[in-house]
Amino acid sequence: MLNFFLRRSIFMFGTLFALLILTFVISHVAPGDPAVLAAGPDATKGMVEAVRKEYGLDKPLPLQFLIYTGNILQGDFGHSIFSGREVADDLMRYFPATFELVVFSIFIAVLLGVPLGVLSAVKKNTWIDHFIRIFSASGVGVPMFWLGMMLQLYFGLHLGWLPLGGQLAIMTDPPAPITHLLIIDSLLRLQFDVALEALQHILLPAVTLCFPALASIIRVNRAEMLETLNEDYITNSKAQGISTLRIVGLYALRNAMLPTLAMIGLRFGWMLGGTVLVESVFDFPGVGLYAVQTAVSSDFEPIMAVTLLLGFFFMVANFIVDILYSLLDPRLQGK
Amino acid sequence: MTTKKHISLEELQVPSWIERNQSTIRQMKLYIHTFRRNSSAMLGLGIVIVFLITAAIGPWVVPYPEDAQGTIHLEIKLLPPSAAHWFGTDEVGDDVLTRVIIGARVSLQIGLIVTGIAILIGVPLGLIAGLVGGRTDEVIMRFTDVFLSVPGLILAIAIVGALGPGIQNAMLALSLVWWPGYVRLVQAKTLSLKNSIYVDAARSMGASNMRIVFVHILPNCSSPIVVKASMDMGLAILGAASLGFLGLGAQPPFPEWGAMISYGRNYLPDWWWYSFFPGLCIFLTVLGFNLMGDGLRDILDPRSRE
Repeated sequence: MLNFFLRRSIFMFGTLFALLILTFVISHVAPGDPAVLAAGPDATKGMVEAVRKEYGLDKPLPLQFLIYTGNILQGDFGHSIFSGREVADDLMRYFPATFELVVFSIFIAVLLGVPLGVLSAVKKNTWIDHFIRIFSASGVGVPMFWLGMMLQLYFGLHLGWLPLGGQLAIMTDPPAPITHLLIIDSLLRLQFDVALEALQHILLPAVTLCFPALASIIRVNRAEMLETLNEDYITNSKAQGISTLRIVGLYALRNAMLPTLAMIGLRFGWMLGGTVLVESVFDFPGVGLYAVQTAVSSDFEPIMAVTLLLGFFFMVANFIVDILYSLLDPRLQGK
Repeated sequence: MTTKKHISLEELQVPSWIERNQSTIRQMKLYIHTFRRNSSAMLGLGIVIVFLITAAIGPWVVPYPEDAQGTIHLEIKLLPPSAAHWFGTDEVGDDVLTRVIIGARVSLQIGLIVTGIAILIGVPLGLIAGLVGGRTDEVIMRFTDVFLSVPGLILAIAIVGALGPGIQNAMLALSLVWWPGYVRLVQAKTLSLKNSIYVDAARSMGASNMRIVFVHILPNCSSPIVVKASMDMGLAILGAASLGFLGLGAQPPFPEWGAMISYGRNYLPDWWWYSFFPGLCIFLTVLGFNLMGDGLRDILDPRSRE
């Protein structure tokens, strides 16, 4: 187990380093000259050269890469060309919101997806099954940003139940930071009204974000449950008179969970990608919105930092899934 | 004296084309039969056919062809759906139906180009990795892993950020993040085929590497590639629409669905038709390609189901 853990960690850091090379290549070797971008559209040749010197872009590429890596290892992600702020500060400010959104969203997806998948499999070919399957099939095709807009219109504007966007109402003061996670902080500070308001704000974005993941969790879980329910040991348990609830919930579900777990890990990455869309629709102040706003103006250092950060979190998620997987199925540790 | 005897084709018993290809024909019939029994796959196929026809004949059937590139007639701006404008008009008075139909053509191009480039990069790399093995395999697969380690949309945004927004750069960015899936797929398939008995047999009979790749391995990889490509058509369209929505892809007045939603969004909720119909089109198209791909997988590659 320890061996597997170590090998997997080395692999993760190797990939992270390679990702660093990739973002470096995109930002420094791509046809768009960063110095020209940084100097702005009206810059003269002399100004561009000055910027090139200031950013160290006149040095040879390998040396630039060493400086780039060194800076990032020290937590220096450069600064935004337009706002002039440190990218690291911006990330610190925006990332907790994204993290909260994604975690909340994956909770909804799992809590709804697994029972619905089981229900669909147990009630195979009834109207419940058909309904759930149509629901999950449409989840794959629905454009997340469009779904978000429609939910916003219906629940926000038409019914007026939930706020249209943002993380808190403008007039509300956020709690003094402890963990920087808004909901957790307001609970820790015992400001329950703020926590409730934050929950209301996060609900629609989280539901929108979880929709594709929910759909695939249902699909995978249903397929796996169907397969497992046909196994001999299930028939045997039935013959022994064990209750259906125990068979389905304990014996079958545990075995069907493995592929579902892999799917959750995979979908986590899609969700991180989806945050750019959902946060844009709901004006949710996370790194996704930040990435889009900076990408539109080709402000390259913030985008590369977000890419690295989200890539890192995706890797960590996969790492955790792999470890869980190997705990559930020890045969995989040899591979 | 000898007379040349005429031999008719029947006497020679040369098998006809149908007879020679009987097994293939029987297999195709079985495929078609299985596919037709799958109602969701048929629904997907139906949607895809409507989409393809719309894309093909679009420019000749749209009611207001000049609206596709954004002409301005402000006197009829933001009209609700009516007999003259089925899907209403947008903020400069362009017919939304016209722009949505031309948008199908744009989306088809995007899907074909992105998926095509991804296949052209991914399949050869996967073949090389699987066949050569050893260090080459290791290098190619680790390289692929890096691309897979970042959420695709984020990497695409990073690339567009470096290249600058626009429909061409968006397509290039999507192609650059789309190929790794094909490498994984083809590499795994090649590895398992490389040591199969019939490839060994071909090799022992002196077949060249080229022949083994093109006659024995590639055709056997084609089923999963077709299935994946069918699904990717829809997902690539969705990806491009997402970039368009974020303002990083197609720029107005280019009639791309995502960009239309992005602009129509400012006119919600009173002028809902402006962004509703392009969204519906994306939804149906992606769903269609997905259901079709699912059905294709059931007949071509049943063992690889999720």
